[in-house]
Parts: sequence; structure tokens; C-alpha cells
Amino acid sequence: MEFSIATTVAEALDALQNGARPVAGGTDLVVGVRHGKSSFPDQLVAIDRLNELKSIDASDAGVRVGSLVTHAQLMTDPLITDRYSAIADASALVGSPATRNVGTLGGNVMNGSPAMDTGAPLMVLGAQAELASSAGSVLVDLADLWTGPGQTSAASDQLCVALKMPVRPERSGSAYVRLEYRRAMEIAVVGAAASVALNADGTIADASVALAAVAPTIIAVDGLSTLAAGRTVDEQLLADVASAASEHASPISDLRASDTYRRHTVGVMAKRAFDAAARRATGEVIGIPVNRAIGIGAAS
Amino acid sequence: MTSYELNVNGTTYPIDAEPSRNLLSVIRDQVGLTGTKEGCDDCECGACMVLLDGQPVNSCSYLAAQAAEREVTTIEGIMTTEELAPIQQNMLDAGGVQCGFCTPGMIMSATALLARTPDPSEEEIKIGLSGNLCRCTGYAKIFDAIKETVVSL
Repeated sequence: MEFSIATTVAEALDALQNGARPVAGGTDLVVGVRHGKSSFPDQLVAIDRLNELKSIDASDAGVRVGSLVTHAQLMTDPLITDRYSAIADASALVGSPATRNVGTLGGNVMNGSPAMDTGAPLMVLGAQAELASSAGSVLVDLADLWTGPGQTSAASDQLCVALKMPVRPERSGSAYVRLEYRRAMEIAVVGAAASVALNADGTIADASVALAAVAPTIIAVDGLSTLAAGRTVDEQLLADVASAASEHASPISDLRASDTYRRHTVGVMAKRAFDAAARRATGEVIGIPVNRAIGIGAAS
Repeated sequence: MTSYELNVNGTTYPIDAEPSRNLLSVIRDQVGLTGTKEGCDDCECGACMVLLDGQPVNSCSYLAAQAAEREVTTIEGIMTTEELAPIQQNMLDAGGVQCGFCTPGMIMSATALLARTPDPSEEEIKIGLSGNLCRCTGYAKIFDAIKETVVSL
């Protein structure tokens, strides 16, 4: 294997065009190689020193999160915890402090795992991935980016340089909740993110829900906004959200859970995420991550 | 092979190694510091924990070449004098060391925790050490050692 360390994005893009694969924190790559899930490429370019990809920039259009922003940054950044809370909830659950220090948002997204924690939050927050190559940059909707387990539509010479999200509406909140068997170094058994925007009278203006680890990719629950718009958040609505999520899931059985169990529990997670997002939309402060703040997930 | 300089505990070591080598194996086999342990070799147990620019990293799952010219701190590097660092002494005094295999990793995670959170709550201690497994102590005595270190600092 040939190895180089890129010092500029242009250098990294040149390396990709010449056949190199990128590595940032290496938490997926190195462990994946050891497990035999993947092998080291012939050429590897380290991108973790590209400081221009490590910032979170707010503008009138929304927020642009550099692909090398770590989970540790995301779970404590004031703009993310306050306005894009679901991403902070998810980042705080990833791995351990060591994983969160080197693991990046871009790495999580481009690894394409259907169980990734940041994916469902990004989807309900309307994120697009900014993919750069020597030929220029394009914005790709996440539904078009993730094509299967561990697969994306990105070409081999494209580097994810940022995730872009629109400005959050007034009176809105978001949350991510996952089912877990333990509190650290865990992968979501199932997960759900919700975004809820309220009207001035407290009824729902808009809502979305996305699910993790119940399909070949992260998926959005279609029709959720139509189901919820104009209603108030009550037991019946939460039950309807749970049913919609469970019906939308197409889970598999594996080592960690059966398809039946996943289908049921993803509805429970969706309901809890929706409830937390709606409560945050009213201004209620629920700590990051929701799993710990309201005792969801593994017992202490 | 790739050549680079690795800075470990303030000393610079010239390294020639396959770029696929992980930081743990280079620290143990080439630098020759064996305090850092290989437990699971799978990013689960934390026995291999070192600090990279002050932040904890699982050295079993981090490419050594990516650490070139950055500051690596291992368990051998946390003593500033001939005496044990306070967290080390407190681990001994509190009975936080039984078989001792997890101890270097525990101490590195605790060191990073106390650097960023000088007065951690019980919950913050648990989160700070959540990437480190111990099969002997039941953790309580390790938490005691960290609390004692907070008091003594």
C-alpha cells in the first residue's frame, strides 16, 4: 500500500483521481480490514489534516458542517446542540470518547452503514452531501447518496467535503433515539430520528421521521408530514407515528435482533424521538443525548 | 514501506514501517514501549489507549503513519518526575489495579478526562472511561481513584 498525507483539499482530490482512497479517523477502515470486511486499498491518502474541512459555518442559508468535524465536536457545538439537536444526540452515542475524537461526520455518512447513527438525523434535517472532485462540486440528496449497505453513489474520485442543512424553522425541534444493549461501543439495534415544527397554536406544521438499521440504507418514513400536520402531539398521534415507522421498515434478522423485534422496536424509537423533538420545539430543554436524558436504552 | 518521524512522550523516533501498521504495534515493537497493551485488538476494550495531541485514541485501530509528527503520549509518558503521577498512585492506593492489564488504558482515558473536565461528576467519569473494559475490579475502585485524584490536584 502507498500512503500519503494530504495538506490541501486539492492534493487530496488529485490523489483520489489517481486511484487513492481516503482515510480520516480510520475507525471504520482499520477495524473493517481486521474483520475481513474490506482490505487496504493500493493507495491511501490521509485527509485528517485538512483544517478547512473541520469547521461548522452558519449562514443565512443554513449550516455547512465540514466532513472532518468529529462526533466530539458535534455533540458539544452550541449551534448543533441547540438547532440541529438530533445530530448531537446521535454523535454523543457513537463509540466511546476515543471513537468520537477521531470519528468524523463525513466518515460516518460515506461509510454508508444502514445502522449509522448520524444518518437518520441528517435526513430529517434535510441535509445534502457536498461531493468534490477535480471537476468541481455537486450537492447530493442523502436518499440518492446511500444505495445499499456500505454503498454510495459517489464516484471514486469524489470526496465528501461537507454536509449542508437548511435553516431550521421557528418553533422546531429534532431528536435521535436508538435501541442499544449497552451504553458504549454500541451499534444501533434500531434507531429513529424526528424533526417537528409547530404552528403558533401548538399544532404541528411539519414533521419528518427517518429510521436506522431497518432497511438496506437509512430511510425516511414517507407521508409522515401529511399524517401529522394540523394535529396536536397526543397519545393517538404518537401511536400513529409508531405504526407508520414499523410499517415502513423492512428489517433483517441477524446476530443482534430478529426482524420482528426490529420492526416493533423501531416504532417505539420513532414515537420517543417524535415526542422528544416536539417537546424541544416548545422550548423544553432535553439534554444531549436523549437516550441518557430520559432514560431510553440500556439501563444504567 | 513508508518513513516518518513519530513523536512519543517528547522523543522523536525515526520509523520505517508498512503504512498499514497500527500505532499500537509501532509503539510496542519499534519504539519499544510495552506499557500500552493489546487487549481485543478490535477497538472494544481500551487497553491500547494512548493520547494523540492530548486526546484519547485506540492505538490498535489507528494507522501509525497518520500519527507522524503529532504528539503521542503513552503510559510511560505521564510521569513528569521519577514519582508516579497522582492518578497512578491513587489507582494503587484505591485498589483500582488487580490483574493490571487494563490499567495503562484506564489511566490514559482518566488523564484525558481530567485534562478536559477537571472536576468530573460520577456520570462524566463513567462516560470518560466508557471505552475501557476491566474484568477484575468492577470499576468502583477505579472511579474512587479518579475522584481521589480530583481532590489531590
